[in-house]
Amino acid sequence: MAGKFDLNDDSVVVVIGSGAGGGTLGSQLAIKGVKTVILEAGGRHEIEDFQNDEWGSFGQISWLDKRTTSGNWRVATDFAGLPAWIVKAVGGSTVHWAGASLRFQEHEWKARTTYGEIAGANLLDWPIDAAEMAPWYDMAENKMGVTRTNGIPGLPGNNNFKIMKKGADKLGYKNCHTGRMAINSEPRDGRGASQQIGFCFQGCKSGAKWSTLYVNIPEGEETGNLEVRPNAQVLKIEHNDAGKVTGVVYADKDGKQHVQKARVVCVAGNSIESPRLLLNSASSKFPDGLANSSGMVGKNYMRHMTGSVYAAFDNPVNMYRGTTMAGIISDESKNDPSRGFIGGYEMETLALGVPFMAAFLNPGAWGREFTAAMDMYDHMAGMWLVGEDMPQESNRISLHASEKDQYGLPVPNVHFDDHPNDIAMRNHAYRQGAAVYDAVGATQTYPTPPYPSTHNLGTNRMSAKASDGVVNKHGQTHDVPNLFISDGSQFTTGAAENPTLTIVALAYRQADHIASEMGKGNL
Amino acid sequence: MRVLDKQMKVSRRGLLGASGASLVAMTVMPTGMIIGADSAWAAMAKNIKPETFATLVQMARDIYPHDRVADKYYAMVVEGLDGGAGKSEAEKSLLEDGVAELNKAASGSYMQVGWEKDRVALLQAVESSGFFQKVRGSLVTGIYNNKDLWPLFGYEGESASEGGYIDRGFDDIDWLDAV
Repeated sequence: MAGKFDLNDDSVVVVIGSGAGGGTLGSQLAIKGVKTVILEAGGRHEIEDFQNDEWGSFGQISWLDKRTTSGNWRVATDFAGLPAWIVKAVGGSTVHWAGASLRFQEHEWKARTTYGEIAGANLLDWPIDAAEMAPWYDMAENKMGVTRTNGIPGLPGNNNFKIMKKGADKLGYKNCHTGRMAINSEPRDGRGASQQIGFCFQGCKSGAKWSTLYVNIPEGEETGNLEVRPNAQVLKIEHNDAGKVTGVVYADKDGKQHVQKARVVCVAGNSIESPRLLLNSASSKFPDGLANSSGMVGKNYMRHMTGSVYAAFDNPVNMYRGTTMAGIISDESKNDPSRGFIGGYEMETLALGVPFMAAFLNPGAWGREFTAAMDMYDHMAGMWLVGEDMPQESNRISLHASEKDQYGLPVPNVHFDDHPNDIAMRNHAYRQGAAVYDAVGATQTYPTPPYPSTHNLGTNRMSAKASDGVVNKHGQTHDVPNLFISDGSQFTTGAAENPTLTIVALAYRQADHIASEMGKGNL
Repeated sequence: MRVLDKQMKVSRRGLLGASGASLVAMTVMPTGMIIGADSAWAAMAKNIKPETFATLVQMARDIYPHDRVADKYYAMVVEGLDGGAGKSEAEKSLLEDGVAELNKAASGSYMQVGWEKDRVALLQAVESSGFFQKVRGSLVTGIYNNKDLWPLFGYEGESASEGGYIDRGFDDIDWLDAV
């Protein structure tokens, strides 16, 4: 399909990025009859290219372009050049994701109203709510094949889950099961059931896990209306004197630059690259960057409150066998300020192989305490803790003053300081996670610090008022009518849940809006 | 439960070829000084001083001590550092100077400090240095991404070609009822 649409064809919609947001949006637009070009910075690696090898796969699909970090978050110390663990490939981070597909809770759409004024936080209500999103969630869950929806049975529990469940029961937690996972528990939609391979993060070798790479994108391509152009890294969005965008400048795999004309541009490069692209597209008309009259582009960066608890037992567990994240306790996801923090968190099973366990269990640690833990690897169970973090204006993606990338453009700096609420929540989550395992007789528990961020959110946030954020309730930028944001950067607040399902639901809703507005001649 | 036999397969990887051959002749140092068995790895040095190489092997074990992992696996990581020193004078100096500092702090020879606890104290004093972090960083992948060592940790690695774990023990835990 390469070269399907001409560079000068200004009737196409250009979507930047092919992950949960861009891959869904671009394919859905094509299905609706809209000519669409997806420009993807990374290469196209199909299922047969995936590797059951943690470092090998990391080198193959990760976004490893130069980035810098600052702030008091531990990632800035442990992984100074790697603030985020996301993918640069067709399919984006839907290649790497674990598959957890949870809807926001109703109150989470209205964080400012629910939580009130929180010192140091820049909370805002979303301009949409649970009722508005319900049909789009329905559509996303059906397409992604989310277990425990649409009559799809839950996945079978692996050893890691069985320990979590036993501990949850002993503690009196009521909401523990194998999750709502976009991983087939039985054959569906032309894809088989999970083989319990254990390498969800490295790209699912059986295709049981939903990814735009082999679900949505081929369907879009089938229509003849979609061209996915891999190894096409967008450097700048161009606009005309009227303030409408006209196309994008991108570099191909050889570094050669091209201009793809466009009728509409949709940005879905994840919450670091998307604001960076808008900032790097500054012009005399938009001196602070494109769509940045609010000054909010790049700000309010959220990454979820995260952490992990691993635990060692006197008997073996072999947590690496089976789906990486098919287990959840949701009891702590409610908003109960009596716990000493607002918002809530989910507890989800997680397993790493030996190579990544060594890198992430306690980064920088060495000596006998560390090796004693590693020696217990096959006796370990593990869980990830993921909760709502507070948007703070000072947590932001900005352009580095001197460091440049391979194209001579300023690299992004990712600044993050934990909010006191994030810290209080993490400490509570560490205690509860350890309690789950202690109830099953853990001989050691290990409170493990956050990994580089996979949930990058909020840096082009959605707002009712143009002065509060970057995009309106359709993801359309307040300043530029034919420029949209289509990824997690449009999140007003982060909620406690893994964000992919919501990104996909928003993309379906946005595709409907764009196609409709184009039909009306408004775009 | 399907549990693994946590024994390492015998592997001569990293000992064959030049370094293996030189093992035989290497207990006599270039200076003519006979050195002990602890320093057997010194002869693998190509770019750094043999004493430096041997000290780094000891240091590597002190950083990530796994008592069931043979010295040769730590030596393989140091071999990589030695290779880097051959390409970069700066890396070579980092290693030589770092070891010299350790020996100075040990009032003679780091390797001659008898107890791990006392060597660890010397390492703690330099753990924020570029030298220490270079060695430690190399070990994180050099030890834990060495497939030969995975059986020791009870990790099986690649599974897709075996059909995953759906029929190979993903849910076979059998001791929870007793908890």
